[in-house]
Amino acid sequence: MAQERINDFVIKFANVNGSGSASANQLFAKAILRMGVPVSPRNIFPSNIQGLPTWYEVRVSGDSYLGARGGVDLMVAMNPQTWDKDLASIDPGGYLFYDSTRPMPPARFRDDVHVIGMPLTEICNREYTDARQRQLFKNIIYVGALSALLEIELAELEKLIGEQFRGKDMLIAPNLHALRLGRDYAARHLDCPISLKVRRASAVGERVFMDGNSAAALGAVYGGATVCAWYPITPSSSMAEAFARHCKKLRVDKEAGLNRYGVVQAEDELASIGIVIGAGWNGARAFTCTSGPGISLMQEFIGLAYFAEIPAVIFDIQRAGPSTGMPTRTQQCDVLACAYASHGDTKHVLLFPEDPKECFDFAAQAFDLADRLQTPVFVMSDLDIGMNERLCDPLAWDDSRRYDRGKVMTHDELESGREFGRYLDVDGDGIPYRTWPGTHPTRGAFFTRGTSRDAYARYTEEGVPYTENMQRLLRKFETAKQYLPKPEFRKAVQPSRIGAIFYGSTSPAMDEALDRLEEKGVRLDTLRIRAFPFHDEVDDFISNHDQLFVVEQNRDGQLRTLLVNECEVDPAKLIPVLHFDGTPITARFIIREIAESLAALNIQPIKKSA
Amino acid sequence: MTYIAKPKLQHPDLPKNKLGYTHRDYEGAISTLCAGCGHDSISAAIMQACFELDLPPHRIAKISGIGCSSKTPTYFLGNSHGFNSVHGRMPSVLTGANLANRDLIYIGVSGDGDSASIGLGQFAHILRRGVNMVYIVENNGVYGLTKGQFSATADPGSKDKRGNASHDDSIDMVALALQLGASYVARGFSGDKDQLVPLIKGAILHRGASFLDIISPCVAFNNHSGSTKSYDFVREHNDAVNRLDVILPRDPITAELKAGEVEDIKQHDGSVLRLRKLDEDYDPHDRIHAMHYLERHKAAGEIVTGLLYVDREPEDLHARLRTVESAMNTLGEKELCPGAKALEAINAGLR
Repeated sequence: MAQERINDFVIKFANVNGSGSASANQLFAKAILRMGVPVSPRNIFPSNIQGLPTWYEVRVSGDSYLGARGGVDLMVAMNPQTWDKDLASIDPGGYLFYDSTRPMPPARFRDDVHVIGMPLTEICNREYTDARQRQLFKNIIYVGALSALLEIELAELEKLIGEQFRGKDMLIAPNLHALRLGRDYAARHLDCPISLKVRRASAVGERVFMDGNSAAALGAVYGGATVCAWYPITPSSSMAEAFARHCKKLRVDKEAGLNRYGVVQAEDELASIGIVIGAGWNGARAFTCTSGPGISLMQEFIGLAYFAEIPAVIFDIQRAGPSTGMPTRTQQCDVLACAYASHGDTKHVLLFPEDPKECFDFAAQAFDLADRLQTPVFVMSDLDIGMNERLCDPLAWDDSRRYDRGKVMTHDELESGREFGRYLDVDGDGIPYRTWPGTHPTRGAFFTRGTSRDAYARYTEEGVPYTENMQRLLRKFETAKQYLPKPEFRKAVQPSRIGAIFYGSTSPAMDEALDRLEEKGVRLDTLRIRAFPFHDEVDDFISNHDQLFVVEQNRDGQLRTLLVNECEVDPAKLIPVLHFDGTPITARFIIREIAESLAALNIQPIKKSA
Repeated sequence: MTYIAKPKLQHPDLPKNKLGYTHRDYEGAISTLCAGCGHDSISAAIMQACFELDLPPHRIAKISGIGCSSKTPTYFLGNSHGFNSVHGRMPSVLTGANLANRDLIYIGVSGDGDSASIGLGQFAHILRRGVNMVYIVENNGVYGLTKGQFSATADPGSKDKRGNASHDDSIDMVALALQLGASYVARGFSGDKDQLVPLIKGAILHRGASFLDIISPCVAFNNHSGSTKSYDFVREHNDAVNRLDVILPRDPITAELKAGEVEDIKQHDGSVLRLRKLDEDYDPHDRIHAMHYLERHKAAGEIVTGLLYVDREPEDLHARLRTVESAMNTLGEKELCPGAKALEAINAGLR
């Protein structure tokens, strides 16, 4: 018997897409969570609806390490197609759980892996006659068996089944039956428990378990978005769908049965952003959600919104590119495409949420920022946080909070004779006043255009007003910093001359890496960047350190490029740590890369071995 | 709004509408289009229509794409907000604007290059969504601003200024609009203001997706013989199926009417579209009939004009989305933000 591993292991389910495994796997993860033990599950899925392999990986971590870990301790191998690969991915000493209905030659197994066979198909065929039932309940049966093997409390699973099928009560009993069928079989015939165990703890606390796209959609509801225009694209579609779902519950005038929102599934991404810009121009809060290819299609409009100064919120749920890239795999690869989106001289505000909580917070804040700054604001999420459920702090809202609609001149202000120039910088912060269409019968109307104009929105091709306007846009960009979420500084236990910069979904892997590196005596100060344009703190952090690692999930070190460019840093000072194979970055990867670099640089405590 | 100031002086006896506005209050900047351009006549017709309907100019939003036609919103309704957006993308901007504030009147101005080529997709989708608007295509068959290339509405065999014939089939915007679900479809001619002004007025009063294809000759690049979009050609081949009058609720109804000759279509605001038949066979409420008629007459080389189709009970995007009566841009935290308590309940469901 291997050494006991309590609340610290990775289990991976290898399934076939469309076989109904997702809800069973989710049930498994949530039961562990209900036992007070943190989990972080990840769907690894193909661009396919039915038939191709799909995996669901659950990291169980009593220490709350929520990043992907790498390696597998228990493989639930339900897909013959991927058998060899799945078997190979198990860490030595780990477990293989498989359907033993059809005998497998010994050569198909590994000596260094514990094998647990259970005749799942046989049990199902005996129990059920309907083909679909056989398939669906097979999933619940293996969850039942796993609960015995890992000592997951049956009561939690039963409670969850009751919750899941509330309102469809007919389904509760058969699911409970299947669950017990699996559990009883395992208890009777398998060697239970195994060395991997789940033990009740209180490490979850008040935290909630949700995906970033749902959280961002909820943030849009709380932030006052009334118009959503979108075009289906993985991994962002679930955000628009979640917005519609939340709105159905939270945004309906119950008496009249009428909606305080409008969702348009547009014909393409060009129309999506056009609708958002039209709505923003007319004083509604509007957003679109998309991924890299959609950002590419929106370029012309983004430039217009930047130059004509129209609020817009764009959620980019990033996936691996270029072109169609790996549409169901994660990356942070649109940083530059968004920061400098469109033709001409442009720069845009970016926000980098690290988890669903920040997806919610930044989504709501993005609408204030877009209105305040009268410009497009990008929320740079990604597939890893967007489409996976993640444990995070509970969402919070302060009821005294008011929407910041920015500098909008009212009818009364115009009536009182206040001067209005659409592009006039009266406050010196680069932000002019605007009027919404229909405000005043004779004052405040102006013509919005993508062509150059003077401070009063009058068409001109003169060089001076053009350059003055472009300079003002830079002043406005500078002003933006004061409204943006500041970077998060984490100081090493002892003063350090080396540091690391990271952002977005890299957080959990980075936190874990820092703990492990600290154990090895490696001291790293870190800065988590949460917004672009960069605050002065970023410049300070860079100048206060001799060497900095920039950890990101793309090939070209896009944030590093942005830092070099915007903070005018010597590139030699910034060492890229780049993970871009489409899987989420892991602590193991970060530790290895940083340790190797430090050894190469001959920095204490890790020195070159020879 | 204007960048060339117009003289402020005006004749004291200029007629005023119900709001006390004169024609001058509906004007914009001085046009920079070519002298004789059909588009300027359309701008004039829009101003006249708005004046006669007693519309407060600031409650109208003008949205356009890119091109000669899309420049024109600068030249009318100077007290209205205007938005000269992206080439071929007026429809999406207008859709968003309309969602944000359903209380304004939206005039979308586009051209044949803007709507039939680069923007054909958006043209199609705004009509099928039923956005409440007046969508005007100022159709001259050429790209004017880039100096005379054929557009997608140029008829096959028609000649450009250098004498080259267009060899591609042409796109008939009216036929498309009928197929795509526009609930008010008309074709006019910039050279016939008497016909055009009521068509625009009817489109404004119609609460749904109104589409107007207005043949508007380009005097610089497409007004020569061999062109099918020249003043002479359109005059010679114009087949008007009906004549429209718009009667406002306050207008007295005078003429005695013979049954069968005219049809009164009551609008949401109480005004009436009075249609006088010029062609006995034409039924403007039968979409399929209209499509047949158009194809038949097109084959005979005629340009069918008039109110070609009108749905008596149109439904717009807001009705389909079941949105609230108030404009979205007037809603604040109270109406939009579910608050901390609701969030706590949501949190509780996520554990």
